[in-house]
Amino acid sequence: MQRGPEGKTVLMDVPWPDEPPVLGPGQTFGSMTDTIADAVLTRPIGLGWLAGLAIGMGLVAILMAAVTYLFLIGVGIWGINIPVGWGFAIINFVWWIGIGHAGTLISAILLLLKQTWRNSINRFAEAMTLFAVACAGMFPLLHMGRPWLAYWMFPYPSSMGVWPQFRSPLVWDVFAVSTYATISAVFWYVGLVPDFATMREKASHPFTKKVYGILGLGWRGSARHWKRYEALYILLAGIATPLVLSVHTVVSFDFAISIVPGWHTTIFPPYFVAGAIYSGFAMVLVLAIPIRHYYHLESMITMRHLQNAAKIMLATGLIVAYGYFFEAFMAFYSGSTYERFMMQNRWFGPYAVFYWTLILFNLVIPQVLWAPKIRANTRWLFLISLVILVGMWLERFIIIITSLSRDFLPSSWGHYVATRWDYAIFFGTIGFFTAAIFIFIRIMPAISIFEMRTLLPEAEVKAK
Amino acid sequence: MSHAPLSPAIYGILAEFDSPTDLVYAARAAYAAGYRKMDAYSPFPIEEASEAIGFHKSRVPLIVLLGGLLGGLSGFGLQYWINVISYPLNIGGKPYDSWPAFIVPTFEMTILFAGLSGVLGMFALNGLPMPYHPLFNVDRFSAVTRDKFFLCVEAADPKFDVVDTQRFMESLKPLSISEVPH
Repeated sequence: MQRGPEGKTVLMDVPWPDEPPVLGPGQTFGSMTDTIADAVLTRPIGLGWLAGLAIGMGLVAILMAAVTYLFLIGVGIWGINIPVGWGFAIINFVWWIGIGHAGTLISAILLLLKQTWRNSINRFAEAMTLFAVACAGMFPLLHMGRPWLAYWMFPYPSSMGVWPQFRSPLVWDVFAVSTYATISAVFWYVGLVPDFATMREKASHPFTKKVYGILGLGWRGSARHWKRYEALYILLAGIATPLVLSVHTVVSFDFAISIVPGWHTTIFPPYFVAGAIYSGFAMVLVLAIPIRHYYHLESMITMRHLQNAAKIMLATGLIVAYGYFFEAFMAFYSGSTYERFMMQNRWFGPYAVFYWTLILFNLVIPQVLWAPKIRANTRWLFLISLVILVGMWLERFIIIITSLSRDFLPSSWGHYVATRWDYAIFFGTIGFFTAAIFIFIRIMPAISIFEMRTLLPEAEVKAK
Repeated sequence: MSHAPLSPAIYGILAEFDSPTDLVYAARAAYAAGYRKMDAYSPFPIEEASEAIGFHKSRVPLIVLLGGLLGGLSGFGLQYWINVISYPLNIGGKPYDSWPAFIVPTFEMTILFAGLSGVLGMFALNGLPMPYHPLFNVDRFSAVTRDKFFLCVEAADPKFDVVDTQRFMESLKPLSISEVPH
């Protein structure tokens, strides 16, 4: 907070004394343009990049094989059964879509809050959103059993004369996720257009120039264009903000609208959204820490960004902890036998190991982020982020598997064990995500060049 | 038969500046001198620049609002028509018009239409994509996507005169001045 003109309080990111700055010293409009664009245009392809891409593509090959086998045989190759019909497919769907949420939070919510430090991480965070949503989207499709009929989910005038059933949260999900994917993609692209123009002017190879020229749409930086552009950008941020909150809310409705013990609870929407942002920021750090190191972007993605992200993880982690606490509290306070049993089953049942690992990974270990020394250490941040990502995956595992495997009637209880095909597809999507990120940082500016320029003090119009 | 040429010999005169401050002061001076058909060009958005050339209000917010309203109405209308008129289904005894259940898709359609119409509207109002523009004929103009700032007074302006305008632009002390050929 800061006092602005006329004594009004202005929301701004004001560093404390001794806090690292948002932008390293010695930068100019030209030097920033070069640093970011040259990482794409002139930097030779290194062995590290090739190795990373190869690992990603190797996992994608496994994904392809697993999906082919899935289409040949059917979802029976997975560990799902009756009563546990959801299994890995839905766990991974919720996990991936949650990871995407930090990208929208950074690009939209932090823009509205004038947190300009976001300018150096929003581009790849948005890319992360897109790829994560793509990974998420695969799972419901694969889970359908007959994915070639996926278009049946959309309302279209079919020759069968049937329509979707709009009282079902699963149909809401179709609308929420497809809108989210579309809006994230256009938001990302709109942000890229002025930078594609920069790439067009900087590229030397005629083919590269042509491709960036087409993508840049002939952007020429006109003041009229910028005015409309800014108006749109802020409005897109304004509509993406409720959108991102709605998406994980709707995902949580898939559970909360049902009556299954452990799912039928009103705390799900806020607790899912917080968990989504929690895991999303963990993924942002997992990506940002190596990218800034290998591409020498330390003066743009500074320690300040990493520390702010760590603080957001700490805050959202506490909201998640609140969610866990009230899940347990309400299970007993409700007086419902089934709810109480659900909680005891989580604590001491066949999946108790996963539950306690989840508590350790999501609640206990991340508390070390309170220590400023840990927040200032990139290795620790990287490790804790990985721990949180695993923890958040386990959370979805616990929610889905414990509740479905032990519902109301002991006669219908079951047990769920994932098969190698479940793991193949899950790790395959991680490979898809990795490969997509690796390709992205080689062909597009991974940091928003034009927004970085506005961070320089010279970017302000001064009185003459 | 003699017609006035449809387009003047040049597109305009382009002045190059080193900082946003110089650009905005130059644009204000040009506006004060009576020029209206002009544009400022910069590597990043400068609020003062569009004000200085007299462009105060964009229609993008209105387009987003209309798109959102259209999306919301069509989203709700679609569900109402399907569940009440075309294909009524009794689901657990709930009323056909279960409007609270329709809110989520209505909301999502509002966002979708608002966002897409805003993006398409912004590009349409900006006349993009535009692969060719006379300004691209000026070599120095490529720095507008990097670190230089430009002001172009267009020949279509009634006050434009090749000699006078050029003299006026020189008085703004730019880094360089170029004629922009078509």
